Amino acid sequence: MSTSDDIITTSNGLGYTSSSAAHPESLVKPPQAPSAGEDTIEIKIEFGGGLHLLFSSQPSHKIHIPRNIPNDDNTATQPVNMRYLVKWMKSNLLSEREEMFGDGDGVRPGILVLINDADWELEGELEYELRDRDEIVFISTLHGG
Amino acid sequence: MPPTPCSLCHTARALVKRPKTGQQVCKDCFFEVFETEVHNTIVEGKGIFERGEKVAIGASGGKDSTVLAHVLSVLNKRYHYGLDLFLLSIDEGITGYRDDSLETVKQNQIEYGLPLKILSYNELYGWTMDKIVEQVGRRNNCTFCGVFRRQALDRGAAQLGVDHIVTGHNADDIAETVLMNIMRGDIARLGRCTAVTTQSEDTIKRSKPFKYAYEKEIVMYAYFKKLTYFSTECIYSPDDLEAIRPSAIVDIIHSGESFQLEQSVQKGMKAMQTCLRCGYISSNDLCKACALLEGLEAGLDRSALRQTQANSSNAPTGHRTIPMFERYSNVGASQPAEGIEKAVQAIEIK
Ligand SMILES: [Zn+2]
Ligand SMILES: [Zn+2]
Repeated sequence: MSTSDDIITTSNGLGYTSSSAAHPESLVKPPQAPSAGEDTIEIKIEFGGGLHLLFSSQPSHKIHIPRNIPNDDNTATQPVNMRYLVKWMKSNLLSEREEMFGDGDGVRPGILVLINDADWELEGELEYELRDRDEIVFISTLHGG
Repeated sequence: MPPTPCSLCHTARALVKRPKTGQQVCKDCFFEVFETEVHNTIVEGKGIFERGEKVAIGASGGKDSTVLAHVLSVLNKRYHYGLDLFLLSIDEGITGYRDDSLETVKQNQIEYGLPLKILSYNELYGWTMDKIVEQVGRRNNCTFCGVFRRQALDRGAAQLGVDHIVTGHNADDIAETVLMNIMRGDIARLGRCTAVTTQSEDTIKRSKPFKYAYEKEIVMYAYFKKLTYFSTECIYSPDDLEAIRPSAIVDIIHSGESFQLEQSVQKGMKAMQTCLRCGYISSNDLCKACALLEGLEAGLDRSALRQTQANSSNAPTGHRTIPMFERYSNVGASQPAEGIEKAVQAIEIK
């Protein structure tokens, strides 16, 4: 097995340093987000690979979103999913150049998504049902060799 | 969804879906297969390294070269390559971009315990990219940067006494280059851009150990290993530069490989000589960097062009020039040109 762990870093592996980011941890109040409670869940969002530049230069955000959302034909509710989160981020967190982040309902090719440290391709991508305190990481693979 | 077990060890939870194969692997197995595949690229055929070789890693502070520095350090120990590794960085002089990434490289120097050399455009050419962009605008600045960086890397390597530079070009980058060369009809460069190692006797050897490594896996590796890298778009790169994201990256590389450079094509290429002004390898009297530099200097001082018709070996009076290129080993054999002729010919300096 791997013998490579003799190299110690104090980094986050996300491609930014605290000096290049506006705030290491977001101080931003998510607009109109209800505080965590029965009806909402808390999600931690992190950006890597320079993506934070599209989100007010803040690499880390804690947000609250509804636990349940209306289903497609508005007849009942369903648990909130990644599709909702991505849409929510576009209208509430994204500060510029939407085309650099979104692509249709999803995220543009070249952005890696991790759900609790797992490749979202293993987790159902947009259909993944979010749970309280999930950690979602978005990393751009496009910039700079 | 229930957690998927790793398809290699069948015990740990799969965290990565590999782009090449769709294989679902856990973190430890991912490190293992990623590192082993790079090792296989390195030792395939004659192998790209010689035992005891001094090798400079072209380090930009970005993800690819940072992961390369990490993986090479690991493999060098694990498989006893016996390499003497260095980090070599070029400071293009881009305020707010390069200064941050150079800090990252300095951090890598400490983390990996590798000696670091930084060579700046300013000390070599007397120009920073900031000043070049001020003069030529945004249109051709990437061409200047490309020509200047290539020569700066070679000169930095020579100063380190190193004969081999490795770069972090990955499978996605190479597939893009293949597509670009196909679109340009540049058959001569097709085979060459897919080679793991390029070398001719009078140039410094260059290799791409990440030739078969996907960008996605490089980013995953950096993330899971918590490596220190810096990621932001160069502030001077064109806005509309949309990356080609081919799904069949390895197929594209293989198609490039199949265009072997025919002897007849090679014969048609220009023989190499050295630049009359700075001694760098060149297919013309003046190397690209000297030609570009003369244009920049002339733009500053238009009268200089009028009074003295510059000849090749002497720059017009008052112009800054590039120091003589010295390599400790020197060979003058004729070799096929590589290079950036077309791009350079396409430039006009206003
Ligand atoms: Zn495993
Ligand atoms: Zn020259």
